Amino acid sequence: MTLHEIRKLLDAEVLIGEDQLDMEVKTAFVADLMSDVLAFATAGSLLITGLTNPQVVRTADVLDIAAIIMGRGKRPSQETFQLAEEVNIPILTTKYILFEIAGRLYAKGIRGCIEKVGSK
Amino acid sequence: MGGNFDNAGEVSSNIKTVLKQIGLPKDVIRKAALVAYESEINIVSYARKGMIRLRVVPESIMIEAIDEGQGIPDIEQAMQPGFSTANQKIREMGFGAGMGLCNIKSFSDVFHISSEVGKGTHLRMIIRASSAVLNS
Ligand SMILES: Nc1ncnc2c1ncn2[C@@H]1O[C@H](COP(=O)(O)OP(=O)(O)OP(=O)(O)O)[C@@H](O)[C@H]1O
Ligand SMILES: [Mg+2]
Repeated sequence: MTLHEIRKLLDAEVLIGEDQLDMEVKTAFVADLMSDVLAFATAGSLLITGLTNPQVVRTADVLDIAAIIMGRGKRPSQETFQLAEEVNIPILTTKYILFEIAGRLYAKGIRGCIEKVGSK
Repeated sequence: MGGNFDNAGEVSSNIKTVLKQIGLPKDVIRKAALVAYESEINIVSYARKGMIRLRVVPESIMIEAIDEGQGIPDIEQAMQPGFSTANQKIREMGFGAGMGLCNIKSFSDVFHISSEVGKGTHLRMIIRASSAVLNS
């Protein structure tokens, strides 16, 4: 799916990355714990989270995450926004809860970046 | 940088930029950035001050995280997945899962940790540059 399609599907607002909506993604990871993201998320995946602090962007940058989706209507803090602009990582925000985001994306063919821990 | 979360992660970003300029493979850079980042967050979370040292030779990347701070009383326990003494502030940032040191270990090819209570902690990680690059 492209970010463009994802925006539509999730009725999301694109806060950063309007110019990157053609980007194609196939996998995603949902977490509010950054160390779990660091342990399991793979490059090029979507990061779906309810956190909004700058560490979300740092974590995404370290892992070469494709884009961040903030659920439950969360919006990035000022510092988070600035940092994401700097490192050029798209941020989308949607009012859907994380479960709904994941379910809707899965129904459209997006898969977890791993299925189970310990499997790879 | 101890105690100050505002710029936490900046050192790791810089490391990533430098390694990109050198032209190392993506997955090697990713591992290096990851171990540096977890180390940096630990220094900011648990130490008074500290530094991250980066050394690159053709075969490998060495990253050291050296801090002055409380130290780790029981390293074996600290290395257990899930063990954490993180406070509320750290947890609000999305950390404190007790996964950091395990992550660092599993993404490094060589991992060494030493710590002295009341003095500080020293991590040394080596990440091998992939053989593909050596042969090219
Ligand atoms: N540099 C350090 N100085 C003092 N104590 C440390 C240091 N690094 C880690 N620790 C101790 O070891 C514990 C485990 O660290 P680890 O990085 O594995 O997990 P965490 O920081 O608690 O959570 P996470 O890294 O998953 O967000 C910490 O909670 C802390 O008590
Ligand atoms: Mg940690």
